[in-house]
Amino acid sequence: MGLLNRLDNPYETGGIILGTLEDILNWGRSKSDWYLHFGLACCAIEFMSMNASHFDFMRFGIIPRATPRQADFIMITGTVTLKMAERIKVLWEQMAEPKYCISVGSCANSGGPYWQYGYHVLKGVDRIIPVHVYVPGCPPRPEAMEEGMMKLQKMIDQQAIFRKRQRLAEEEKLFELQNKG
Amino acid sequence: MTYEEIHKILKEKFGDSVGELVNNPPSDPYVEVSAEKLFDICLELRDNPELDFDYLMCLSGVDFPENLQVVYHLYSMNKKHKFVLKVTVPKDNPKVPSIERIWRSADWHEREAYDLFGIIFEGHHNLIRIFLPYDWEGHPLRKDYKEPETYHGMRVPY
Repeated sequence: MGLLNRLDNPYETGGIILGTLEDILNWGRSKSDWYLHFGLACCAIEFMSMNASHFDFMRFGIIPRATPRQADFIMITGTVTLKMAERIKVLWEQMAEPKYCISVGSCANSGGPYWQYGYHVLKGVDRIIPVHVYVPGCPPRPEAMEEGMMKLQKMIDQQAIFRKRQRLAEEEKLFELQNKG
Repeated sequence: MTYEEIHKILKEKFGDSVGELVNNPPSDPYVEVSAEKLFDICLELRDNPELDFDYLMCLSGVDFPENLQVVYHLYSMNKKHKFVLKVTVPKDNPKVPSIERIWRSADWHEREAYDLFGIIFEGHHNLIRIFLPYDWEGHPLRKDYKEPETYHGMRVPY
């Protein structure tokens, strides 16, 4: 809270904060992430408890949005069937840059219990969209999802904003490389 | 009413179309009926005031090496008795009359059995897939089903 206290009373305490523009922008971005929730299975039940007062997901500064166009990141919570995978791809493409994805639970990470006989399950949502944070568990505890959220915040904090096109091209190349095998 | 009494009523009315009552204790006793007479038998089970089966609890499909089977679990809310019917059809021509007009709950159950086993319910008003996408190929719960390599460009195996 040190930074915020100083902002409240700039003249008494000296009130000068030094930092790069990127730092300030990233600080704002990481503390006010809006998310599109894509609940698919039992992970979404855990997610509900995380949104409720006990675990209070909103204290991270995030707000649930019901549309991809206002969302900064998407949470895939549950089993991604082939039928739903196409919808996820459409939603992901509708989101505005910069956008992130948190994959929650074994199913969204790698197919989970359906890895062998799941003829209808996509074995990992990272086969269709890039995933920035994986949260393991079947289903993960709400604490685990919050840890995933903090990991994402840390990632956004350290992200380069400028020279975006170049960075995106690199990311895309990496995604293609990962999905070749 | 007991299973034996219900079976006796059916046997008197439909003769050879109704098989013997098979009783293997852990599971409910059941009766094999012929596919041709299934609709009439179900109608009798519902409309006979003594039987009064007003509720189809479950409709299931079973895959055997040569045959496909449909199992009907019936219950009477008023009389509090149960009954189980089984219909066996060959795999190369798996056609069963639809009982959707008798119990409306059979509508989606029959679509599910069609979706996953490929059993064709004749007379169903809208026999299309219920779980899988409409352009899916094959019926996955059959033992000889091979999962596809790709679906719409997405790789399916692990």
